[in-house]
Amino acid sequence: MSFIQNARKLLQQNIREYGMYIALFVIMTIFTITTKGIFISSRNIVNLVNQTGYIAVLAVGMTLVIVIRHIDLSVGFLGGFLGAIAAIAMVQWHLPVYLAIPLTLALGVLAGTITAFLVAQMKIPAFVATLAGWLIYRGAILVVTESTGTIIIPDKTFNAIGNGFIPDIPGIEFLPGVHKLTLIIGVLAIVLLIINEINSRKKKQAYNFEVLPMEMFIIKLVFTSALIGGITWLLAGYQGLSWTAVVVLVVVLIYHFITTQTVLGRHIYAVGGNPEAAELSGINVKKITYIVFGSMGMLSALSGILFASRLQSATTTAGSLWELDAIAAAFIGGVSPAGGIGKVVGSIIGALVMLSLTSGMNLMGIGISYQYMARGAVLAAAVIFDVATRNRAQ
Amino acid sequence: MNTPILEMKNIIKEFPGVKALNNVSFQVKEGEIHCLVGENGAGKSTLMKVLSGVYPHGQYTGEIIFGGNVQNFKGISDSEKTGIAIIYQELALIPEMTVYENIFLGHEIKNGAIIDWNETIKRAAEMLKKVRLNVNLAAKVKELGVGKQQLVEIAKALSKDVKLLILDEPTAALNEDDSENLLNLLRDLKNHGVTCVLISHKLKEVIEIADSVTVLRDGQTICTLETQKGEVSETALIKYMVGREIDNIYPKRENRQFGEVVLNIENWSAYDPALGRSILKDINFHVKKGEIVGFAGLMGSGRTELALSIFGNPDGYNITGEIFIMGNKKHFRRPQDAINAGVAYVTEDRKGDGLILIQDVKQNITIANLKEIANRGVVNDNTEVNVANEYKDSLNIKTPSIEQKISNLSGGNQQKVSLAKWLFVKPNLLILDEPTRGIDVGAKFEIYTIMTRLVEQGMSIIMISSELPEVLGMSDRVYVVSGGKIAGELAIKDATQEKIMQLATNY
Repeated sequence: MSFIQNARKLLQQNIREYGMYIALFVIMTIFTITTKGIFISSRNIVNLVNQTGYIAVLAVGMTLVIVIRHIDLSVGFLGGFLGAIAAIAMVQWHLPVYLAIPLTLALGVLAGTITAFLVAQMKIPAFVATLAGWLIYRGAILVVTESTGTIIIPDKTFNAIGNGFIPDIPGIEFLPGVHKLTLIIGVLAIVLLIINEINSRKKKQAYNFEVLPMEMFIIKLVFTSALIGGITWLLAGYQGLSWTAVVVLVVVLIYHFITTQTVLGRHIYAVGGNPEAAELSGINVKKITYIVFGSMGMLSALSGILFASRLQSATTTAGSLWELDAIAAAFIGGVSPAGGIGKVVGSIIGALVMLSLTSGMNLMGIGISYQYMARGAVLAAAVIFDVATRNRAQ
Repeated sequence: MNTPILEMKNIIKEFPGVKALNNVSFQVKEGEIHCLVGENGAGKSTLMKVLSGVYPHGQYTGEIIFGGNVQNFKGISDSEKTGIAIIYQELALIPEMTVYENIFLGHEIKNGAIIDWNETIKRAAEMLKKVRLNVNLAAKVKELGVGKQQLVEIAKALSKDVKLLILDEPTAALNEDDSENLLNLLRDLKNHGVTCVLISHKLKEVIEIADSVTVLRDGQTICTLETQKGEVSETALIKYMVGREIDNIYPKRENRQFGEVVLNIENWSAYDPALGRSILKDINFHVKKGEIVGFAGLMGSGRTELALSIFGNPDGYNITGEIFIMGNKKHFRRPQDAINAGVAYVTEDRKGDGLILIQDVKQNITIANLKEIANRGVVNDNTEVNVANEYKDSLNIKTPSIEQKISNLSGGNQQKVSLAKWLFVKPNLLILDEPTRGIDVGAKFEIYTIMTRLVEQGMSIIMISSELPEVLGMSDRVYVVSGGKIAGELAIKDATQEKIMQLATNY
């Protein structure tokens, strides 16, 4: 088979998966051109990553919630509320940051467990249960900030999460102005990726499974390596990897591992694919529901922490519309509304698409009204594309 | 009677990689009952989808002549307008709507833009009379049994002035009485000039009702047999369907020595809070090692409920009674407990609650016992592939790869994957609920062979089945369930179809 035919076949078979990468690439290219390169500048990319952080972690949790055929509308204001709690814990209760953060995360898990109780035990549709949560947490933010208004957070460690960068290795003269540790991490990531891909390919070949033709495999490796390399170079050229990026990467790695490699992950997808069959296969569907909503609550708390830390304060409006951005990110990232299908990494790409649109249009000076419309159109287009390719695959 | 109402000529329909129909020709004479038979995957449903416009003109090649005219259907509504109606196995009724609303759904009787409900109800009553169904017109469809729902669906077809009625396995989900009733209705409709095409796996009913039979195999027309010419017989049909003669599809068992009692159920009763009534009453039975125990009975007699109530009670019945596994008293709170105690349950409805259709063969095989192939919660991909390949070979699962999606497999192979999934939990007792429903003769034979092999290795099997020949052919002992009670127990040498039916219908 010729090279072009291979490429076409590969694209056709994986159009759904590659579609969002292509979309992200196209969006970024367009904005780079329209903003005369400002969009792709180191500074803007770093900003983009930091702004995406709090939506990205929500999108990761939302992926699993939608995979098990539920939805969580309460995550935005829950995040906002818990961000305020973190601020209060440090400012009013004088808790140290390394206690305030675990406390907030634990409260997030608790909140998620309450949602799970309503959904799994009381059999209330998740849409309704979490809509109630949306209202309650919205009110709760106002209650806790009633006397103070916006709470300024003075803690430097806490604020570094949203604004700081990882330290560089001191004493290296080589490449001045470039963040060496970031470069090293980037190179390590590329090496690990290549080793991992080659191993997995060998394994598949040993079982006579279909693998990419060699030249396609190499192109894919070169392409992904170049992508990681490019982003690393951009980040390293500014101040290096931000703590937000580190948090998001860690969350994504953990959740990617859980969803693809563990029994728990398999059980989650089985529950989403067919809850009755899963129950009869000995999977405790209630338990899975508790775990998924509990994780969603924890990630909401993390999202609130990232946001509060970025603003260095807890505001009364924190959390509004986050849930919709997270849900949109998940759908753009290929999560199926019918359940059982969706990847954590896809949702992160979805979040990047949404935030790239905002960032790019901001740079171009487009008004907020048109921004909403553009984002709505992209969401609709993504889902239409998803449905169309899904039908063709059958 | 001899003019063809329908002619399909040289129909070719291709899917990516498969020729589902390869030059099929199919002719139906006016006013006859024409049966279409063939193994699963032979192309029967595809052919009917071509006919009804589900696959519109242009997506297939060949010619459809109906009522003397060449037809190029662009969709189902086109074929309906010319008088073709299809009734699928999965009924297309809205459960929450009433009988009369359902009958005229999609072609409402209107005065301008407003529905004329009085006329609708009057006409609906006429239709019900035609199908000899005596139910409250205002009852919701979900309150009716499957058999009655089927009749409502036929009434709906009749209300559209149907000339050709196509039924896709209408009796698959019906008990003997309802099936007989349906077949009588079809004869009745035939006398009123409605031509009928019946797709069925039940060869007995085909022989009973067909004027002619067309056999499809591997996407090709094999032959058309005429009842009048005496060409239709079970052996002939099976021979043409599978391309070989199967003398006895029930494999011989060498050793019928049974061991100790594996499962003992005592004073077992269950109340279903969702239905608000008692569903199982004072049931006692036992199963020995190496034994196949058949559970016969009519649909709705409580056999599936019995199996579920034993298998960890996922539907939340209120249960009294005792389970003993190998003599030890057990209490199963959820399916996982039953699985841990060595019980496995292959469900009746493999697509509904058996398999995860969007996942692949490999994932479906391992899902009930992932801990076996995992180390500290991390799944070992290599072991998983080995396990899946082992079962693919030992159960002869026909799939291009274990990474193939389950929904792409034929019914028989899906059933084998279900079996593989439950064999992988290494049970002592396997509960099979309608193990061969909706699968073809060849696959049935394979399932029976696997069952025989398993009991010879010392496993015990409970087989719930509505097919009496299967119960008689495979069981070592038979319990007949009726109205949530054990109506009788028969040693296999004493069991006959008549005795079983007598017990099953004896409330």
